[in-house]
Amino acid sequence: MRSALHAEWTKLRTSPGTLGLALAVIVSTVGSSAAVAAATGCAPGGCGQDLTRLSLTGVQVGQAVVAVLAVLVIGDEYSTGMVRVTLTALPRRTTVLAAKAVVVAGVVAVTAVPAVLGSLTVGWFILPGHEVVPRAAVGSVLYLVLIGLLGLGTATAARNPAAASGIVLGLLYVFPIIAQVVTDPGWRRHLQQAGPMSAGLAVQATGDVDAVPIGPWQGLGVLTLWALAALLTGGLLLARHDA
Amino acid sequence: MNAFGQVLRAEFTKFRTVRGWVVAAVAAAGATILLGLLPGMQGSCGRNGPGSECAPTLGPGGEVVVDSFAFAHRPLTGDGSITVRVTSLTSRLLDPGPDGPPPDDGSPHEASAREAATPGASPRGSRPAVVPWSKAGLILKAGTAQSSSYAAVLVTGGHGVRMQYDYTHDRAGTPGTVSTDSPRWLRLTRTGDTVAGAESPDGTTWTTVGSVRLAGLPPTVEAGLFTTSPQHAERVGGSLGAGTTGGPTEATGTFDHLLVRDEARSAGAPGQVARPAWEGENVGMPGPAPQVPGGDLERAGGVFTVTGSGDIAPAVAGAAGIGVSLARTLAGTFVMLLVVTVVSTGFITAEYRCGLIRTTLTASPRRGRLLAAKAVVVGAVAFVTGLVAAAVAVVLGQRVLRGNGVYVHPATTPTELRVIVGTAALLAVAAVLALGLGTLLRRGVTAVATAVAVIVLPYLLAMTVLPDGAARWLLRVSPAAAFALQQTATQYPQVANLYTPANGYFPLAPWAGFGVLAGWAALALGTAAVLLRRRSA
Repeated sequence: MRSALHAEWTKLRTSPGTLGLALAVIVSTVGSSAAVAAATGCAPGGCGQDLTRLSLTGVQVGQAVVAVLAVLVIGDEYSTGMVRVTLTALPRRTTVLAAKAVVVAGVVAVTAVPAVLGSLTVGWFILPGHEVVPRAAVGSVLYLVLIGLLGLGTATAARNPAAASGIVLGLLYVFPIIAQVVTDPGWRRHLQQAGPMSAGLAVQATGDVDAVPIGPWQGLGVLTLWALAALLTGGLLLARHDA
Repeated sequence: MNAFGQVLRAEFTKFRTVRGWVVAAVAAAGATILLGLLPGMQGSCGRNGPGSECAPTLGPGGEVVVDSFAFAHRPLTGDGSITVRVTSLTSRLLDPGPDGPPPDDGSPHEASAREAATPGASPRGSRPAVVPWSKAGLILKAGTAQSSSYAAVLVTGGHGVRMQYDYTHDRAGTPGTVSTDSPRWLRLTRTGDTVAGAESPDGTTWTTVGSVRLAGLPPTVEAGLFTTSPQHAERVGGSLGAGTTGGPTEATGTFDHLLVRDEARSAGAPGQVARPAWEGENVGMPGPAPQVPGGDLERAGGVFTVTGSGDIAPAVAGAAGIGVSLARTLAGTFVMLLVVTVVSTGFITAEYRCGLIRTTLTASPRRGRLLAAKAVVVGAVAFVTGLVAAAVAVVLGQRVLRGNGVYVHPATTPTELRVIVGTAALLAVAAVLALGLGTLLRRGVTAVATAVAVIVLPYLLAMTVLPDGAARWLLRVSPAAAFALQQTATQYPQVANLYTPANGYFPLAPWAGFGVLAGWAALALGTAAVLLRRRSA
């Protein structure tokens, strides 16, 4: 496992796109958070909105880049045929996937910390005077890590990076829109509880927690289930199928 | 067959032989139709026996109107005038309890309003509030039937004195609120078909607010005092769990110094003919009657109040209005947009991925022509599937909604066509934009993510999380502006409502919004064409 980890880390570190994508996560998250905060333009502390959550809006944009980064970790190997070399060197396929998962989680966590902290800082400067809840910050970092794992699992299962990123982004963005459309309150609530993004982002809610369809940590739990399901499917297909 | 036709044919063959793309396109169209037909909404129209059908009330101009108010009136034959002094106008929010007034139409907003209101545990009853468009004043109406022609001069809760007539017309008078210290005198004068509204601070110096011609006004009209107060709505949350809250309001107007000058009667023998009796009536209002004075108000000469709820205005869809607009049936467009974006990006990046692009460019060396052929293929596929899906969703979706008792605002056939063709055009141009981005970025995953972020994400953010200002800005500049093509509801400044994108109100005019998307697509495709020619494949 140690050598597998080392190998995966080397691959990711030396792959040309990684640094750019990591920077893109930070820039897109902080940038869109700042844009939203600036466009909100309400009186300091008095616009009846969850300002912590508002200053973390960028996470919803940044997660797309995180998903792409994660998809590329295995997707690129399928594109280039590198996966055959990897599996020749490390025939235990679950170990390969586990090592990739650890590396992805680590890289995303390291990227997410400055992105989330940067968003909160920018949000605090533009809309000063609101209390910043640590749970929202820690939760957002964990959220991005789980999105990374979801992306990795999906890409392992789908084997085509473009299709995989389409599936992951579809999973993330379709649920909230359908929930917006479905007008039966019970159904809407269930959709928001089941969707990986709407459930996972409940962790950002700070104000009226009762108004959120699912508890903050339970929501993150739902996302964890999605990520685990994707990794398991990916792992199973990787173990069974010809690469 | 000419050269372009051959390239076109080759590209179409490539598209149709990739099973994943065809399946995705058909599945997306199916999902769009399904979401349009999803019976996720229940209403009460026609559900409570005969008489509960939500037949549209059409005003004199043919538009859908709401017409409900408390009316103290008497007949007025021929020319004449009516004058009154308003000394106060107060409003209250009525908390709709579980046993409160039933929703007009089971609109979603009411359902979510109830849900949002429950945890707040607000006390039952009512609380004072400022309702900017609550109205009290004089009205001269063709009859007491709903949606008949009228002219009114009135004071409002927050928009000063207004003269309004035939539901859609509104003219501003002096601003400011009315109180015992600063009362407002109002007067309506009828001369033939013309009705003039005037206001005065003291009853001696009069300013005309407006003079309008109401064609076909009958010789005898109903003239009198009225009060009404519209639904209020506000946004709560402002995040993923966002909803709207609102409910009915009620206003009370206090009047005195009522004077009716009846030319026809004064021309005859004064004192001989009995003065017509005043009647109190609630026009278009269900439920227990608020107090409306009857009897002889002119002789009483004192102070009296009229309490009413409702509105005399064009009907709007959304939180403060009734029912939903046509765009509700096209909610599934988003799913198609996502699929069209991914497939169109993949249509070119797949060639880069497996090296097929070199074969393609060898067979058809004119690169601009190749890109044009690809754009035509993805655009046409998106247009046709979008057209079918939108047509089915709009036509059948309306039936399902109406069958469920939901009030759907009627739209004219040209508007319906614009919505259906517009949705197809939106998908086609989005496909071309995605193709352009795919050609620029070449790497499948990066291109897909960028295209989704540029085309799909702005719409999602604007609809769900963003505060109103940011959402409107985004819907002006981003490709999502094209969703304005689906707007069927009209925005009236004299009707308070949440005119938010999520309720189907977009900041740009339909085809202007489409122009924004077309501009983005042209930019992407143009840059892609230049780069495709310059770069080695």
